[in-house]
Amino acid sequence: MVVLFFSELERKLRANDREYNLSFKYATNAIKTSKYNLFTFLPLNLFEQFQRIANAYFLFLLVLQVIPQISSLSWFTTVVPLILVLTVTAAKDATDDIVSTFENVFFSLFIVNKRDRTEKWMNVQVGDIIKLENNQFVTADLMLLSSSEPLNLVYIETAELDGETNLKVRQALPVTGDLGDDIEKLADFNGEVRCEPPNNRLDRFKGVLTFAGQKYSLDNEKILLRGCTLRNTEWCFGLVLFGGPETKLMQNCGKSTFKRTSIDRLMNILVIFIFGFLAFMCSVLAIGNYMWEKNEGSQFTVFLPRLQDNPAFSSFLTFWSYVIILNTVVPISLYVSVEIIRLGNSFYIDWDRKMYFARSDTPAEARTTTLNEELGQIKYVFSDKTGTLTQNIMIFNKCTINGKCYGKIYTVDFSFNPLADTRFVFHDHALVEAVKLENPEVHTFFRLLALCHTVMAEEKKEGELFYQAQSPDEGALVTAARNFGFVFRSRTPDSISIVEMGKQHSYELLAILDFNNVRKRMSVIVRSPEGKLSLYCKGADTIIYERLHQSCSKLMDVTTEHLNEFAGDGLRTLALAYKDLDEEYFNQWIQRHHEANTALEDREGKLDELYEEIEKDLLLLGATAIEDKLQDGVPQTIEQLSKADIKIWVLTGDKQETAENIGYSCNLLREEMNDVFIISGNSLEDVRQELRNARTSMKPDAAENSVFLPEMDKVVTDEVVSGEYGLVINGHSLAYALEHSLELEFLRTACMCKAVICCRVTPLQKAQVVELVKKYKKAVTLAIGDGANDVSMIKAAHIGVGISGQEGMQAVLSSDYSFAQFRFLQRLLLVHGRWSYLRMCKFLRYFFYKNFTFTFVHFWFAFFCGFSAQTVYDEWFITLYNLMYTALPVLGMSLFDQDVNDVWSFQHPQLYVPGQLNLYFSKKSFFKCALHSCYSSLVLFFIPYAAMYDTVRDDGKDIADYQSFALLTQTCLLFAVSIQLGFEMSYWTAVTIFFVLGSLAMYFAVTFTMYSNGMFTILPSAFPFIGTARNTLSQPNVWLTIFLTSILCVLPVVTCRFLMMQLCPTINDKVSEEMLLLFVLDVFKPVETRGKIILQSRSLQSNPVTSSFRINADIIPKDGP
Amino acid sequence: DVKSYRKVQEDDDADGARVGGNEKFTNRPDNTAFTQQRLPAWQPILSAGIVIPGFVLIGLAFIGVGVALFVTSRSIQVLERDYTGDESGTPCASCANSNVQNCICTLNITVETLFKGPVFFYYGLSNYFQNYRRYGTSKDDNQLYGVLNPSDNCAPYAYNSNNQPIVPCGSIANSMFNDTFKLYQTVNGTRQEVSLDGKGIAWWTDYNIKYRNPTNNPLKDAFNGSNSGLFYRNFLINPIYWSKPAYELDTSDPSNNGFVNQDFLVWMRRAALPDFRKLYRRISQDKYPDGLPAGNYSLEITYNYRVYRFSGKKKVVFSNVSWMGGKNEFLGIAYLVVGSMCVFMSIVMLIVYAKFKFPDEE
Repeated sequence: MVVLFFSELERKLRANDREYNLSFKYATNAIKTSKYNLFTFLPLNLFEQFQRIANAYFLFLLVLQVIPQISSLSWFTTVVPLILVLTVTAAKDATDDIVSTFENVFFSLFIVNKRDRTEKWMNVQVGDIIKLENNQFVTADLMLLSSSEPLNLVYIETAELDGETNLKVRQALPVTGDLGDDIEKLADFNGEVRCEPPNNRLDRFKGVLTFAGQKYSLDNEKILLRGCTLRNTEWCFGLVLFGGPETKLMQNCGKSTFKRTSIDRLMNILVIFIFGFLAFMCSVLAIGNYMWEKNEGSQFTVFLPRLQDNPAFSSFLTFWSYVIILNTVVPISLYVSVEIIRLGNSFYIDWDRKMYFARSDTPAEARTTTLNEELGQIKYVFSDKTGTLTQNIMIFNKCTINGKCYGKIYTVDFSFNPLADTRFVFHDHALVEAVKLENPEVHTFFRLLALCHTVMAEEKKEGELFYQAQSPDEGALVTAARNFGFVFRSRTPDSISIVEMGKQHSYELLAILDFNNVRKRMSVIVRSPEGKLSLYCKGADTIIYERLHQSCSKLMDVTTEHLNEFAGDGLRTLALAYKDLDEEYFNQWIQRHHEANTALEDREGKLDELYEEIEKDLLLLGATAIEDKLQDGVPQTIEQLSKADIKIWVLTGDKQETAENIGYSCNLLREEMNDVFIISGNSLEDVRQELRNARTSMKPDAAENSVFLPEMDKVVTDEVVSGEYGLVINGHSLAYALEHSLELEFLRTACMCKAVICCRVTPLQKAQVVELVKKYKKAVTLAIGDGANDVSMIKAAHIGVGISGQEGMQAVLSSDYSFAQFRFLQRLLLVHGRWSYLRMCKFLRYFFYKNFTFTFVHFWFAFFCGFSAQTVYDEWFITLYNLMYTALPVLGMSLFDQDVNDVWSFQHPQLYVPGQLNLYFSKKSFFKCALHSCYSSLVLFFIPYAAMYDTVRDDGKDIADYQSFALLTQTCLLFAVSIQLGFEMSYWTAVTIFFVLGSLAMYFAVTFTMYSNGMFTILPSAFPFIGTARNTLSQPNVWLTIFLTSILCVLPVVTCRFLMMQLCPTINDKVSEEMLLLFVLDVFKPVETRGKIILQSRSLQSNPVTSSFRINADIIPKDGP
Repeated sequence: DVKSYRKVQEDDDADGARVGGNEKFTNRPDNTAFTQQRLPAWQPILSAGIVIPGFVLIGLAFIGVGVALFVTSRSIQVLERDYTGDESGTPCASCANSNVQNCICTLNITVETLFKGPVFFYYGLSNYFQNYRRYGTSKDDNQLYGVLNPSDNCAPYAYNSNNQPIVPCGSIANSMFNDTFKLYQTVNGTRQEVSLDGKGIAWWTDYNIKYRNPTNNPLKDAFNGSNSGLFYRNFLINPIYWSKPAYELDTSDPSNNGFVNQDFLVWMRRAALPDFRKLYRRISQDKYPDGLPAGNYSLEITYNYRVYRFSGKKKVVFSNVSWMGGKNEFLGIAYLVVGSMCVFMSIVMLIVYAKFKFPDEE
């Protein structure tokens, strides 16, 4: 018996042999996703919550507060907020947990063994054979054994796995397929499987089945993964290979990296700084206490005997007492509020109708709710081309066959072909004629298109064919062949039926040499009804050209000419070639192929070699050109983004000419650009030289000083160049450019350009480019794409955006934000992103301001109360200040504020720039906040101090007592911070006004209640402030003081802002002014005054564009350079 | 450009409308002002048209209020005399240096003109930290509400060495100010006592709600062990520094004793700042309806309260009040300064605005 303690190297299992399989201790199918039960919930959850630093800090304060010598505040000032936070989090955790417990218990199914029985999914074990029925959800990774459908096919939907909704086919081995649904036979089945250990690759599987002494190769085609749903299949049987946490779906979960925003990182630094500052303040006060105790306190003992006669010990206790009092500088409640704000702003994205795409009924979705403000700081956008900039709806547009180019401008009549797709349009009659004339090359051309693909055909009714293609290109090509009379009808694993010019033919399918991103080609080997063996190959032209027979060289030249022409029109091209095979050679090749296919080690490498061997000396047939139309609004969006100083890099798999043309047609490259550099060197030195030359011509002085960066500070600063430049770099050059020795050279040059296009890029390179920019540039990156090949780049960038389009959902599933059209990107960034960033920054600035001001008053008071850690305010006020009196107004601001509305945001994309430069919240602005707070707290302490000094009420009674003073300062504070909020807020909705005024009203209501007779008689010791509100707030000099402090707190702010607006106006000021001016001109025609509070009305929204603000559309050049 | 972008947007919306029927657009977000962030709103902008006139208006208003405050404050008469006696030659020097209980010293005061009534008589202490935290918490609100057991807050003035409860407990009560004053007017060489009114000098809420004597009648019973509500069937003890028990604070008025004694209430309302004054008496308005007439007065001080040990100062203050309370020139001056600053800044802003807005005219 072998027990594997270390990672599994290979999985062995035997069907229907539980004992044998159990010896390996494979995971069972039960997935323990629920963390708690009824009894463990409270202790476990609390334990978890107190591991969070914020809660632990609260707890630490609470401990300090129950030490009588230290306690300077009652315990409830900490307990009330702590309980609130804990309850909210616990409620959230509990609901999450209940949902996940639900899933496990739900399904039951049929397990095959000697006694038939039904079991719950969670009891299924590796090696069991189970039965699945139509529309059932697969919850373990299975090897398919047999099915109800002919040829042991099953159809599955993999939407849960990769989001693709087209049906996929899986096929069982014939040898297991024979078992059928005979329970006896199935129960006796004793095949042994050796396969790869659990991993997270959804698209491949390697294994071998040994049954009755024979070995059979297992690949992805025979595997049903957890997460699939069975469709159009009555039943099937499967052998469980991986269960529970070892399934590929579960292995894929939770692997994605946790993204944090730059504000998060800044906050962490600031929090450390604040802790230091807190310690500093407390130390100052502790030293003060030492001095005071020594000089004055010792003499004061007549009235107040000391508990300990040691000033040093007293100052030690004072330190901790002040830690309690001044704890509000550490922004603990800030984190909760930040989460709420981000959540709210994410909902706005989900709710936005202008990012809803009606044609596919897809709204935008914020899949991550923690990155919103980063959307307002994007500097680099990395975009895929196909499906992102373009619609990914492929139209067979042109072709070249045997040196003759087809596809001009006539509409072709396909009525000669009853099986034609009526939606198909082609513009060259000559091609139809050529087909009708039975031109052999033309026929081979279309035969190839009808045979060499992986499309599935569905024929629900006679003559009504539906193709299910994994890529739209294939669909377009097969549809083209169909219309020209070579109709792909159906396929089995061993044959393909096509109708050639009305006659049914069945080709024996001998091998499929599959497509992948490295090979960039696919081939099929078929035997024609006449018995002729042929290999048909289609693929990227460069790849095919390397594998052509030398006899084609003349044809190659002509075809190349045509290909360049196609590419110049922005079309996607594929070259087609074929070759006839020798029977004998093929037989031994297929033998070796089978061997390689069943090998466990390096199967792919061996297969690649074999493919390489047979795919040579091909004969060129011609090439196809497929048009992929640009999506609506793409050029405008790109122009807007580049006006917002966002650099757009297009990373595409297309060839250079195609990419370049798309670049021009979508406004990325412009005719008026000073130069567009093309890097296509074939060696490291060539590429280096080309990059250098490009840089020299942009900025002559920047050429030679090659970059030596200090190891510590790896940031490449932006270099300013006059003029606009573009850069196009080829796939193989990019490979060199990304090498370590050249990457900085590449980055510097590329970053000087307005637009960068990388062609022929592999998915890995996409991620590498993103990583490169992330590594050396202190900038926020965004990657946008729609296909599986963009996933790596989406995950690598700070923010990943998925386009839910034609190519399945894989990109969307790994993205942070998703929507249906590229043009929504400008709304996401220029409107939502900008607002989110603005709101977050305003929130942070204000939050720090209000808490610092609140806290610093205690600091000043310390100098007048013998550093005794006496609070200035009533304890109830301290408890409720953050929780009740100031929470809603600031939340209201950070959920509703907008400096200018969306239309104006679009008209002035430059408004986006401050976000990229981190202007709204940085260490500097934090420091400014602290200084501002310092000023405000000085005003808030010393004005009441001076106003109350030695004075009395209008009836001669006391007013300078502690309780009145506390009430006065806290009222001043609340007024000052509320008015300050008013100046921060630029968008006063009814809700925010209600929040601000409501909170002030709440303050008075709560204060009067707390200080009422009733509350006092219930609990005299908890409400000692009885009567203070009535006695104090009836005094005119109290109100005069409140008024004075409020005005004095905001006057310098208003003055500064106004003067700054005049002396060095920011872009925001300019836009606001324009907006104001326009509004004044629009609404009050003859009005002299410029200053007016404007009511943002519907009329402004619907008709804001006057001639002076219209952005001139650039004429889009259609031709290549 | 923006227009064509908008057009595309409208087309999308129109697409939806054309096909009609909401079933096909199940995912379409609601078109409300809230979800689309189109809530109607005010957008105030700090434009010159608001800021500059605003500053002028606020400035003028402040100057107006400031002048009113200043004039009012100037009209308030204050007469302040220190009687600490820490300097030799001052009237109370001998009392300050002796430890004699109820040492009497006399302060001569001359009132030049009529001291307009109502006149209030305060005592003032400085460098006295009633706002020290442990001092401030050293009292028991429950006890003062009639439940006599002292709480731990009062330590070390909760129990005496015989474990007898102290009533009222705590540092504040213990340190109650116990100098008393008598004011005489010298008319034609004879001293006439000026009658002082000590009724209602504390807050109404303190006297009627916050402080409450035990229900025993007479009050003395509550303190001599016959109070059945007490855990300790024991005699209660006065605060250590008190010379008389709580029920004998005012022998002339039985209802002015215990926790609701007016002087006690005034003392218990601890001061916010280390220099403070507290109301002692009013000059009786029945006898002196116009206030104190000009003339010579003498103040007889029963000197008990020791402040020199913490270098404190004691003083007496006579003052009248106005609508804005007692004399305080700061508020008026502050209003004047802030008002003038506003006006000054508005001029600066106007200049800056004009210079940067219309540079062509330069």
